[in-house]
Amino acid sequence: MHKLLVIMPAYNEAESIGNIIPAVKKNLPSADILVVNDGSKDATAAIARRLGALVTDLPYNMGIGAAMQTGYSYAALNNYDIAVQVDADGQHPPDQIPFLIQPIMEQKADMAIGSRFLGNGNYRPSLARNIGIRIFSMLLSAITSQRLTDTTSGFRAVNKGVIKFFAKNYPEDYPEVEAIVLLRKARFNIIEVSVKMEARIGGKSSITPLHAVYYMIKVLLAVLIDILKKVER
Amino acid sequence: MHSIQIVAIIISLGILISVVDLIRRGMLKEQYAILWLASAVVLLVLSMWRGLLDNIARATGIAYPPSLLFLVAFLFLLLIVLHFSVIISSLSEKNKKLSQEIAIFKTFFEEHKKEGGKNEHRKGF
Repeated sequence: MHKLLVIMPAYNEAESIGNIIPAVKKNLPSADILVVNDGSKDATAAIARRLGALVTDLPYNMGIGAAMQTGYSYAALNNYDIAVQVDADGQHPPDQIPFLIQPIMEQKADMAIGSRFLGNGNYRPSLARNIGIRIFSMLLSAITSQRLTDTTSGFRAVNKGVIKFFAKNYPEDYPEVEAIVLLRKARFNIIEVSVKMEARIGGKSSITPLHAVYYMIKVLLAVLIDILKKVER
Repeated sequence: MHSIQIVAIIISLGILISVVDLIRRGMLKEQYAILWLASAVVLLVLSMWRGLLDNIARATGIAYPPSLLFLVAFLFLLLIVLHFSVIISSLSEKNKKLSQEIAIFKTFFEEHKKEGGKNEHRKGF
C-alpha cells in the first residue's frame, strides 16, 4: 500500500478550501492532506483543520515555492511514497488525481504533470496566455528533449525520489517551470497526463495580465540560470 | 606634501580606526571586517607612499595619480557589496529552511498532542 500525501499550498483560500478538501477525501480516502498555510490572513487554516486536514502554518508569507517545498520536506520526513500537488483554489479537480498517480505507481515516471492540452482537454486560454504557454513549451521541450505541453501546470504527482530531491532543491518564485528543468538535470523522468481542469472557485490567479510579460521574462531568466546551476541529486 | 595627500591619509586612517573600533566593541564580526580592513590598509599605504602611487599610475596609464586612489576604493566597494549579496543570499536560504522546519515541527507537535490526548482518554476509561 502506497503512503500518499496531497500537498495543498494555500494563501487566503478560505472561499474554496472548504470545497476542495472534502472532494479530495471522497476521491482518495486513504490519502493524507497537508495544507501549507502560507501566512493567510483569512480563515483558511481554521477551515482546513476543521475538515480534518493536516495544517502547517508558515510563520510569514514565504511564497509558493517555499510553501510547496515545506510540503515536500514534510513528505520526506514522514516517509511518504507519493506526493500530489493540488491547488487550493479549486482549479485542479480531485477526481483527476488518480490519473496522475497511476503512472507513478506503475513506475512509468518519477513525476507526472497534469496537462490541459494533451488529448481531449477543453481548456481554451486567452491569446496572450496561449503565446506564453507555447513559448515555455517550446523552450522546455528543447531543454528536456521531450514533448511538454503544459509546463506551468501545478497539478503534479511525484514519487519518493523526487520528494527527497524537492525537499532539498525547490525553486522559489515561479517554481513550476523551473522544477521541470531541475528534475531533468538530476535525470528524473517526467511524463504528462491528460487532465481536465476547472476555472478557479475563489481567489485569483497569481499571474494577472499586467504581470504576464514580467512573469515570462523572469521565468526565462530563471530557466537560463537553472541550466547553468550545479544540481546534485 | 600636497593637501590632497593629507586628505587621503586622514580619510584612510579614519576608515581604519572606525573598523578596528567596531571590531573591538563587538559590533562588527571579523569575517565581515576583513575586506574593510584590507581596503583601509591598501588606501592608507597608497596615500602615504607617493612614489608607489605614481609608479602604478604611470604603469597603468592613469594621468592623475590620486585618481588611482578612487579606482582602488571603487573596486574595494564593488567587492564588499558583492560579498554582501552572497551573504544575504545565504542568510535568506537559511532563514527559509529554519522557518520551514519550525512550521513542520509545529505540525508534528500538534499531531502528537492530539494522539497523546486520545491515548490518555482511553486509559481513563
